[in-house]
Amino acid sequence: MPLVFAGACSHAPGITGRAERADPAVRDQFYAKLDEMRQRLEASRPDALIVVAAEHFANFFMDNMPAYCIGMGDSYAGPIEDEAWLAIKRTAVPGNSSLSRRLIEAVLPTIDVAYAEEWQFDHGIMVPLNFLTPRYDLPIIPVNINCQGPPLTPLARAYEFGRALRQACDAQPERIALVGTGGISHWPATPDSGTIDEAWDREFLERFLANRRDELVAYSDEETLRDAGQGGFEIRTFIAVAGATEGSMGELLFYAPIPIFAVGCTVATMAVA
Amino acid sequence: MSLYYVQKLLYQLNRDEHVRSRFDADRDALISEYPLTEEEHRAIVDGDIGLLYVMGVNGQILMHYSALIGQAWDEYIEAMRGGVRRHGQVRAGLYAMLKDRT
Repeated sequence: MPLVFAGACSHAPGITGRAERADPAVRDQFYAKLDEMRQRLEASRPDALIVVAAEHFANFFMDNMPAYCIGMGDSYAGPIEDEAWLAIKRTAVPGNSSLSRRLIEAVLPTIDVAYAEEWQFDHGIMVPLNFLTPRYDLPIIPVNINCQGPPLTPLARAYEFGRALRQACDAQPERIALVGTGGISHWPATPDSGTIDEAWDREFLERFLANRRDELVAYSDEETLRDAGQGGFEIRTFIAVAGATEGSMGELLFYAPIPIFAVGCTVATMAVA
Repeated sequence: MSLYYVQKLLYQLNRDEHVRSRFDADRDALISEYPLTEEEHRAIVDGDIGLLYVMGVNGQILMHYSALIGQAWDEYIEAMRGGVRRHGQVRAGLYAMLKDRT
């Protein structure tokens, strides 16, 4: 089946962990748009959801860091963080190892992706699932792009990875949905936490929503680090979604900087036709 | 200077409850298994988040160590700022490239 749904959203741990400290009016609007994304996702009647995330040293470390990795388990667990810190209860999350294996085999001719039969989800996946599949009843295929420990995969490769993932999805009998999660400009977990460059974010989102590939992959890592913080490296997850929906346009459901969440909170969908 | 091993220890502490229980039982013994400098060893034993930040530990690893030793979010941010005031700019790692930021 062709891909049935594509979107992107933020995943910062403050979104759940520091919920009570945000301006309730903006926060609740953000949550409402995440819920609208959930409804659109459910309306696409997916058999599985691929989450392209940028995990933060939960499973992958500098001793053996894959640029790309796809989960190949039948069950995962999360969050790896303290439940109270993230305000999300630890739970089992279903996977689909057969579908994972077919996707990995279909991506490998293009991208040398690693695979992992074990995976503990961190906030990068658990925060989106908390809103998008709150009953944890939809099989999840976790995908990671290393956005934390440089050297990092080039942006053009992240776009290619998205294209390869799309071709792989389209070749399967299952109805597959895809969500990318990451921050745009942000300086998470540093003394600059809460700094957000809204102009930079909106410029990036414009390129993303119009799926202008050449402009999306034009940022150098040095520019991103300087202008958008080390959290800006996570644009790779959005770029992979753009690659998976090449030629399609997106719709921005929500964007607002919420400093206590340490990120410009974003909810968007991409057309999959 | 063994930032890699400082981060590796904290990473294992964050993700592995067996490492955590060994840490609770005897911090010194666990930390001694990693090839750290005396300063690095002390910073971890003392829970000196500010110094660990200045040494270059990635915040995505450090914030969980901060939570593990019982710091609230604002205390964590303040500890990093205090570290910079006491020890100067970040010495190594990803953030050392951000020195021109104020």
